[in-house]
Amino acid sequence: MANEAKTTSEYLLEVEHLKQYFPVRQGFHTVMLKAVDDVSFAIRPGETLGLVGESGCGKTTVGRSLLRLYQPTAGRITFDGKVLLDTGEQYDENGRPVLDASGKPVKGPAIEPDMFPFRRQMQMVFQDPYSSLNPRMTVEDIIGEPLDVHKLYSSKAERRDKILELMELVGLNAEHAMRYAHEFSGGQRQRIGIARALAVNPKFIVCDEAVSALDVSIQAQVVNMFEELQDKLGVAYLFIAHDLLVVHHISDRIAVMYLGKVVEIADADELNGSPIHPYTLSLLSAVPIPDPETARHSKRIVLEGDVPSPLNMPSGCPFRTRCRYATEQCAAEMPPLSDRGDGHMVACWNK
Amino acid sequence: MQGTDREQYKKRQFLSAQIDLSRFNPSSFEKATDEEKKQQDVMGESTTFFRDGMRRLRKNPLAMGSIIVLAAIILIIIIAPHIVPYSYSEIISIDGKRDKSAANLAPFEYSKMEQQYMDRTGEKLFPHIFGTDSLSRDYFIRVIYGTRVSLSVGVVAAIMVLIIGLLYGSIAGYFGGKVDLVMMRIVDVIYSLPDMLIIILLSVVLDQTLEPLITGTVFARLGVNMISMFVVFSLLYWVGMARLIRGQILTIKNNEYVLAAKCIGTKDRQILKKHIFPNILSVVIITTALQVPSAIFTESYLSFLGLGVSAPLTSLGSLANDARSGLQSYPHRLVIPALVICLIVLALNLLGDGLRDAFDSKLN
Amino acid sequence: MSENNTLLQVENLHTSFFTDNGEVRAVNGLTFRLDAGKTLGIVGESGSGKSVTAYSIMQILAETGRIVEGSVKFKGEDLTKWNAKQMQAFRGSKCSIIFQDPMTSLNPVFTIGYQLEEAILLHTDKTKKEAKERAIEMLTLVGVNEPEARVKQYPHELSGGMRQRVMIAMALACEPDILIADEPTTALDVTIQAQILELMQELQKKMGMAIIMVTHDLGVIASMCDEILVMYGGRVCERGTADAIFYHPAHEYTKGLLRSIPRADNMNERLVPIGGTPINLLQMPEGCAFCPRCDAAMKICLTQKPDEYRVGDDHLASCWMNVKELYDSQEENGNGE
Repeated sequence: MANEAKTTSEYLLEVEHLKQYFPVRQGFHTVMLKAVDDVSFAIRPGETLGLVGESGCGKTTVGRSLLRLYQPTAGRITFDGKVLLDTGEQYDENGRPVLDASGKPVKGPAIEPDMFPFRRQMQMVFQDPYSSLNPRMTVEDIIGEPLDVHKLYSSKAERRDKILELMELVGLNAEHAMRYAHEFSGGQRQRIGIARALAVNPKFIVCDEAVSALDVSIQAQVVNMFEELQDKLGVAYLFIAHDLLVVHHISDRIAVMYLGKVVEIADADELNGSPIHPYTLSLLSAVPIPDPETARHSKRIVLEGDVPSPLNMPSGCPFRTRCRYATEQCAAEMPPLSDRGDGHMVACWNK
Repeated sequence: MQGTDREQYKKRQFLSAQIDLSRFNPSSFEKATDEEKKQQDVMGESTTFFRDGMRRLRKNPLAMGSIIVLAAIILIIIIAPHIVPYSYSEIISIDGKRDKSAANLAPFEYSKMEQQYMDRTGEKLFPHIFGTDSLSRDYFIRVIYGTRVSLSVGVVAAIMVLIIGLLYGSIAGYFGGKVDLVMMRIVDVIYSLPDMLIIILLSVVLDQTLEPLITGTVFARLGVNMISMFVVFSLLYWVGMARLIRGQILTIKNNEYVLAAKCIGTKDRQILKKHIFPNILSVVIITTALQVPSAIFTESYLSFLGLGVSAPLTSLGSLANDARSGLQSYPHRLVIPALVICLIVLALNLLGDGLRDAFDSKLN
Repeated sequence: MSENNTLLQVENLHTSFFTDNGEVRAVNGLTFRLDAGKTLGIVGESGSGKSVTAYSIMQILAETGRIVEGSVKFKGEDLTKWNAKQMQAFRGSKCSIIFQDPMTSLNPVFTIGYQLEEAILLHTDKTKKEAKERAIEMLTLVGVNEPEARVKQYPHELSGGMRQRVMIAMALACEPDILIADEPTTALDVTIQAQILELMQELQKKMGMAIIMVTHDLGVIASMCDEILVMYGGRVCERGTADAIFYHPAHEYTKGLLRSIPRADNMNERLVPIGGTPINLLQMPEGCAFCPRCDAAMKICLTQKPDEYRVGDDHLASCWMNVKELYDSQEENGNGE
């Protein structure tokens, strides 16, 4: 079967032209909310890709769509050489859809395999340590659930051993296995959530704002744990967050999103050192730096106005309404991501 | 760094001016062990959600009072028929002869025949605690049986409403989309029917259709009216329950732990069983508890209209209805069943509120 | 600085919440002073009592909360002894607060203009017409574009940043002496956060009010404040200028906090987190509140609350470590002689 055929690739996960639209009813009309609009990126085994952007830019949706927790509108996702979604659209090398003679997009066969086997390899850690754990379950049952679902043990004793092992791995006291989630602090709950994700021994974890809700001192504990687990287990992360300093610290590469589109992808240090896209520039300059001396001398590029509503997106480049460099070309067409050397990809006509 | 050194020197200057070091001894500055530190940092006592809720419930005097009242009522209606030598349908008779003078007795009053009998034999007859009715039946035992009927109608109706509502609501809520749309429109249609009219029509129709169906079965003992009452309640009142459960499931479904379960690969049925039901349980129990008094009310109301249980079986509502005719001379016959209804309904409502305060996580 | 300049003097403030589980001691003996026109930053993690401090000043605590001890003096008058009516007048006209979530602090059923006018009418003796003009003036001041059109809009029609601007306009409409900002930018995106912080600084220059900035974000506080209070477990660990706190921290908690945040200079190293779990306010440690999580904790920390000592010109800290350092240096000198 085509689906089973392994293609050799340096990437663990490849996302191509992912689109996730949600119908939104406005009175009697149904409008499409383009939460994720034509996003492509790839992650190597054991790598961390940071995904940053402001609220409503679609970064959380990217994480959920690629795990097919939503039904993506279009796109092709390959994991470990296997296709886990292909809606069949064809694209040319410039990223434009291939059209047939009548102007309709050419469609190949759509592939949508059962996600169940993939769930053992791709997991997710959630933002809210309060709502992501079932308050009526003990820690043991929460961590044990993936083991139960994928039948990863042969006896009750083995199940318990595995759970205790996982608790130890994330730094939880094994004595607390029979306690309920609400008895723990935010940081400990997040550890429980991580242990649940690790139970199936995945190769890839989506960390959706996994440290955003935690206090600074606890945040560092969890960030460190993510890094240590990566060294130990070789998992790859898609680390979604809005805190640029944390993302910079943990990521190998960073992708910046604005209104459903990726505007820049680069190596973490490269992106922070020499950002190219005007949005990335202002985003980085706006980060409050915890250092009085630097803060006094830094010059913020304060963006005018607000993010446009995703229901009423500007034509062409979505950032053009707030961009100092916007030209007519920006209004006409969305710039494609182009390589500016060393895999530093930027989607901008003018920079 | 020079700046740091200067800062350090300054700090020492400041400190030595403020602190008298002689009051410290070196052992104070030994490093504390991890053990010692841990003692300071205790995790609170382990409590489960249920235990926590029960503790809150116990602190609520109104709810606890209601539990005591309800327990007392239930105890009385179970035990009393074994002690009181009269039956709810029995017309009082002395030595096999019908006691015509025993009609409309006041509480604790004996009829002429009874008085004569007691004088003659020296034996003490059991008093008529609430007197008797116009057909010379002991009123106390009738109230006891009326309460039994009313309570069981309430409880059974609430449970039936729960079962239907739970099934319907959880299917609509969990699957959402078109399924939900269609199912909820049906609910809307049922909601838009005037419920009293339907109840009255249904109970009339059901009486006739059910009669041949149940003769000879266990249900026959309950009486057609009682059965039709259950059916009417469950057919009408499940819509409210279904709506509530659907709403609850929609809220719970949006929690990240449900998404996490999907991400793990948990099957729909397991998600419902392990993640959704346990979390709506408290709300469901509370609503069911509050459904009981409303069913009792409706039953009483129907019986009052003469559509309730059939004679000689009685309910609190039909007792009140019967008492109307002699209202001026025997007001206690209306007051007693009315009071019992009030007591039960009030206690159940207060208990339901208490349960909600104790267990509904949204309020905590 | 002369005494008359002092706007707010909080002394030995204790605030507790009385819950089913016992007394939650949110603030335990807090003392600070706020001078006119200055910015005071209160930084701490959740449960440090930073927001409760702000609510205690305004006396807008939740039902179960109460000021147990201490005083809050505004221009020399003790607010804790004031009645509800006096406090009502104080709130809004002398001291205003803006909250983290601008959506819940605006009433969704009234227009922005109506809500602004109401606030102005309540605290001043302006006529309706004057209030309307003042509302538009305030909106212009906080940088809301087309204020004449905006006054007719409802809160849900505005973006988060715009709403927070409206909240600031409302808070400043009666020219209060003090503006308390409780995590004003936490719910906002970075680019919007930058706008709002800039706006607050600008307005302070124009209107001269004092600001109390309550936040958990060290980045926000680094650039804005004249004085910073670092709080943990309802007590002040350390207070001083931004430079003193960031460059010469003198409390183990502050040091740990600064080590645990990602900064430009530690991007390729592991962060050094503070271990342990956040403080349980139901069971406060006997000694230093931070000692269960402190790597350098000593025997004395377990049993005695540290006193506050001056460690620099504008810099005070409550940590036994400083005393130990002095003790050790004295020992050395003693041996040397």
